[in-house]
Amino acid sequence: MSSVPPLPRWADVGLLPIINLVIALLVSGLVVLAVGENPLRAIDIMLQGAFLYEGSLGYTLYYTTNFIFTGLAVSVAFHALLFNIGGEGQAYIGGLGAGLVCLALDAVLPGLVLIPLAIVAAAAFGAGWALAPAWLQAYRGSHVVITTIMFNFIAAGVMVSLLAGPLIKPGQSSPTSRRFSENAQIPDMQEILGAVGIEIARSPLNLSFVLAIAACVFVWLLIWHTRFGYAVRTLGHSPQAAAYAGIRIPRTIIAAMAVSGGLAGLMAVNEVLGVQHRLLLNFTAGYGFTGIAVSLMGRNHPIGIVLASLLFGALYQGGSELDLEFQTITRDMLLVIQGLIILFSGALAYMLNPPLARLIASLAHRPREAPA
Amino acid sequence: MEMEEERADQSEAAEASADVNADANANAGGGDASPPAVELRRINKRFGAVQANRDIDLAVDRGSITGIIGENGAGKSTLVSILYGFYTADSGEIRIDGTPIRMAGSADAIEHGIGMVHQHFMLVPTMSVLENAMLGREGGPRLAEGERSTRARMAEVSAAYGLEIDPDALVGELPVGLQQRVEILKTLLRGARILILDEPTGVLTPQEADRLFEILEILKRDGVTILLITHKLREIMAATDAVYVMRRGEMVARRRTRETSQEELARLMVGRDVLFAVGGEPGEPGAPILAVESLGHADERGAPRLTDIRFELRSGEILGLAGVAGNGQSELLDVLSGIAPPQSGRIDFAGRTFTPASPANPSLLRDMGLAHIPEDRQQRGLVLPFTASESSILGYHAGAEAGGGIFLALAAIRERCGLLMERYDVRPPDPGLRCGGFSGGNQQKMVVARELSAAPKALLVGQPTRGVDIGAIEFIHSQLIEIRDAGCAILLVSVELDEIMSLSDRILVMNAGRIVGEAARGEADADRIGLMMAGVGEPAAAA
Repeated sequence: MSSVPPLPRWADVGLLPIINLVIALLVSGLVVLAVGENPLRAIDIMLQGAFLYEGSLGYTLYYTTNFIFTGLAVSVAFHALLFNIGGEGQAYIGGLGAGLVCLALDAVLPGLVLIPLAIVAAAAFGAGWALAPAWLQAYRGSHVVITTIMFNFIAAGVMVSLLAGPLIKPGQSSPTSRRFSENAQIPDMQEILGAVGIEIARSPLNLSFVLAIAACVFVWLLIWHTRFGYAVRTLGHSPQAAAYAGIRIPRTIIAAMAVSGGLAGLMAVNEVLGVQHRLLLNFTAGYGFTGIAVSLMGRNHPIGIVLASLLFGALYQGGSELDLEFQTITRDMLLVIQGLIILFSGALAYMLNPPLARLIASLAHRPREAPA
Repeated sequence: MEMEEERADQSEAAEASADVNADANANAGGGDASPPAVELRRINKRFGAVQANRDIDLAVDRGSITGIIGENGAGKSTLVSILYGFYTADSGEIRIDGTPIRMAGSADAIEHGIGMVHQHFMLVPTMSVLENAMLGREGGPRLAEGERSTRARMAEVSAAYGLEIDPDALVGELPVGLQQRVEILKTLLRGARILILDEPTGVLTPQEADRLFEILEILKRDGVTILLITHKLREIMAATDAVYVMRRGEMVARRRTRETSQEELARLMVGRDVLFAVGGEPGEPGAPILAVESLGHADERGAPRLTDIRFELRSGEILGLAGVAGNGQSELLDVLSGIAPPQSGRIDFAGRTFTPASPANPSLLRDMGLAHIPEDRQQRGLVLPFTASESSILGYHAGAEAGGGIFLALAAIRERCGLLMERYDVRPPDPGLRCGGFSGGNQQKMVVARELSAAPKALLVGQPTRGVDIGAIEFIHSQLIEIRDAGCAILLVSVELDEIMSLSDRILVMNAGRIVGEAARGEADADRIGLMMAGVGEPAAAA
């Protein structure tokens, strides 16, 4: 009975996010204008800072890697209609898993064994951290939004007490672990490409980026091509249909949350194994939360998530250039701009859906009005 | 029920429209000078590509009961939604008592004395009758004053129209018939003189429906104008003074009720002859395949929904389960299909026994040959955002149809779905289309196609033709008969007594979670079954 016609898929996936982004940039432009700077110059510097300056592309893709993992994590849970807000904590605990493996075994195992083991540990710890909220949702009906948020705080507490206690590097006062040895470090892109004769500037971009792309393919196959993905999507669209079809709902909830937590945990591979090479506080830096916006903007599809991650990566990297370039545009101001983009692309993603749908429907039907 | 079959559709339609005009002239020239209470002139409404209403003319005399009848999707609901201000017509005029009015919303409709009782009640179940009646007319921030005046008004109106009801009863605890009475009361309290009822008897027992028509009769005598939307011919014949027939968005005929017949109305609705009895030859029951023994089930709050259910279902028979909606039929289907566990008793199916200690589950039962056409195709039978192809393996996604492995054989699923859509006449036959984009009848045919193509030993069917147009009903019925003749055992649950009576080889009647009666084919008569549905054992005890 709704009088709003459905939005065609191409418009939902392609046009709507672009319109949202343009609106966000226009409003951001007004903010820049308000502090007395030229918005066009700001955009120019941002784009250059994200893609053209030496090493900037590497930084952008490094941020992108983090967003791909956390965005995929949110999307997998969302296909089962679970809102996993706990990516932050799951990534944090994932890092703990990877870190523990490295700290325990980096003296004895070669890199080719140690690193895969640490990656598996990151995913397993991330998945494990999602299990308690998942179980509570599946069997007790405690809402996963609430429990995953609480588990973020618990994760933060656990990490502080571990890093200030048993894991702290002996003889220092800042809460970080010792540095892993060389064989526990994921190689930089610069090294890898250098070995095959391609010179790029130095940046934190490392092989984890390849893992992120592999994770996208994995999610795509899992959700749209497997029995499990079918069960997850059925549950997400209609729990009643899932019950009718004989899908075991609690089990599917738990499995979907475990995959989601595992993907979030993999974010730590990029940060801990790829860049920091040690455990430290707050390495997740809000990437887990931004993953929600990434997933929303990417319409829960791996391709959309890669594009949205690239956008947010460019925003992070280009934004820091703005900070350097303009006296008046400070770090806080960048948070405002990022917030606007999250607001328009994430929270208000469907604000323009009805008018756009009506517009497209009226354009589509006008030519064949006469015969009816 | 025999009809002449040679009559061509076209001459029929022409005759129908001539009748409309003739009738309109008769009205204008008649001795009654007062204008009709409601008059619609050349109403048009289009949704996207669909012309829901085309040049609709309608005139309802004051103090009459006028029916609008038509298949699902004929445009009845759109038309009354325009009259009640939910939709704005693209063109056309609405006149109340001869005066053209502007209708911008339901507030305008209420102001002009129009009240509407929706198919799905607009009541707050956790509030009392009085509180529901006060909604929207609380009379200030403090409730005491409004409560007092509403209570007084309610007593007046109840007494005047025989709408007895306890103002302090919780709406959620009232039977549906009384809930509907609250809805009618609400509209009267707001001063409605024109009452629209949209499919009012869908949830009522035949006796409750009769009571409703008595009330409508009293209202009519008091000068209230009533517009009754239904697709049940019998109600039109029993309750109305005049009837309009809609088909595909157009008003195709107006008749005086006493001058027409069910057969004629059905032909006008569909545009061709309709076979009322599809049942044909009775089935030849074989060995029992499903046996239920003292089965009990309680809902989440512990309230019993099924008590001591026992019956046997044989291969090659259709066992009809009659009952008013909400008397345990849905729960029985859930338990039999393995969706909900039984709390007591046992179920024997195809050589295995299931008890509360070892319950079945839907996947296992499907593997054993039990198919299930669920009551709610939109929430259960299909996943609306899925493509037709994706929904075609719902419940069978772990089976050979879907590839049988970890990965789905998407191309094969799509191809199979295409074949099923051709075979079961699903239109349009495009496996890539989203399920939500198909009409109700075609959605139902997709569910039927999926479940019947599994070649089940036994089939549970819930409301197979609810909200489905007559053409699709005939098709679905003939499919059920066909698979019965092939030896499938069918348990048919429907609130449409006609459907149960024309298809079933045997009929069970359910009331308040129990099986209260049984009738064999041929000896079943609608009155007796109706009384059993209402929980009345002897006809003499009828209210």
